[in-house]
Amino acid sequence: MRKTTPSQDFIRGIWNENPVLIQMLGLCPALAVTNSVKNALAMSAATFFVICCSSVLVSSCKRFIPNEVRISAYILVIATFVTLADMILQAYAPIQHKELGAFIALIVVNCMILGRQEAFSAKNNVFRSLLDAVGTGIGFTIALVMMGGFREILGTGSFLEYSLFGPNFEPWVVMVLPAGGFLTLGFILLAMGYFEQRKKAEKTS
Amino acid sequence: MSDQTLFSIFFSAMVVNNFTLAMFLGLCPFMGVSARVETALRMGLANIFVLVLTSLSAWFLNTFILESFPFLRIISFIIVVASLVQIVEMVVKKLSPTLFRQLGIYLPLMTTNCAIFGLAIFQTNRGYGFLQGIVFAIGAGLGLTLALVLMASIRESIEFSDVPGLAKGTGLVLIIAGTLSLAFMGFAGML
Repeated sequence: MRKTTPSQDFIRGIWNENPVLIQMLGLCPALAVTNSVKNALAMSAATFFVICCSSVLVSSCKRFIPNEVRISAYILVIATFVTLADMILQAYAPIQHKELGAFIALIVVNCMILGRQEAFSAKNNVFRSLLDAVGTGIGFTIALVMMGGFREILGTGSFLEYSLFGPNFEPWVVMVLPAGGFLTLGFILLAMGYFEQRKKAEKTS
Repeated sequence: MSDQTLFSIFFSAMVVNNFTLAMFLGLCPFMGVSARVETALRMGLANIFVLVLTSLSAWFLNTFILESFPFLRIISFIIVVASLVQIVEMVVKKLSPTLFRQLGIYLPLMTTNCAIFGLAIFQTNRGYGFLQGIVFAIGAGLGLTLALVLMASIRESIEFSDVPGLAKGTGLVLIIAGTLSLAFMGFAGML
């Protein structure tokens, strides 16, 4: 593996290897709960908590985890923290907990978290694993809030429940429905592909 | 105990609240193995099998063990799903090595397939009984297969059409999925 500086560990997850937009991991929550910015924020906060805690625990215990059962061990660690997050949300934000429903429990099967444990925390020290987890968590948050923003603004004409366009705005209901999730992510990827292509064309010319 | 009829559970899981297109569960295989109809169909069938087994085990855990330890639910479900997938993987490897190679990484990845874990969680949240759980699992599995096969046939025919280079890849797949999801919304009024 190529050596990276701590700041690269941190930045990488945010943009260059953004978990949702580039690596296409964790799509399930990214599409399911982004029908409003508020839900997207609650979901990202829970995921952020889980990924940071599990990265720290996995990287500090890596010596005691036998190689053959490492995946199961990671899953167990993640499941423990998801249970914690579930209970904390239920206690302090019962309304959000109800809105997100089963999707909090589904953080366990978010490939992004398991992927970071396997690819990074299992090989690096605690500090750098934490940096990597924070970076990935922020990247996940950016992607979710971006999608939530698009969908809420177009779908209901408001942002964080503040009306933006006044009463005459005809909401695009489809954006807050499931189909809108697929379409939004599809168009974001198309836009990113377009800019990528233009950048390449500029370099060659 | 939920009092929905078996048929409405089945139909709702398969079409109206299709796991992939309306609830975004099981998207990884949906993107990954939907390039060929035949592979998609087999992946769907493997999924149905695992889903039914998961539903059975989740029901067993809920009725006999988790009654007094509800906080262990997430952890025990994920262990059950992980071991089930392991078993299915061994069976498939033994019985049909060709299929094993075709499914590739997506077979072990079933552990982190939201559809399977989600089924156990939804079944518990809605309080389905034994029979309801199985019907729910079969419906959900058929729904997944339907979505996979539809997607695969669209992608197979798109290969021969002139798509702008920019749109090739995941972006296009997502937009097709959005259109399919719109189409499935037409069923929403039926139940």
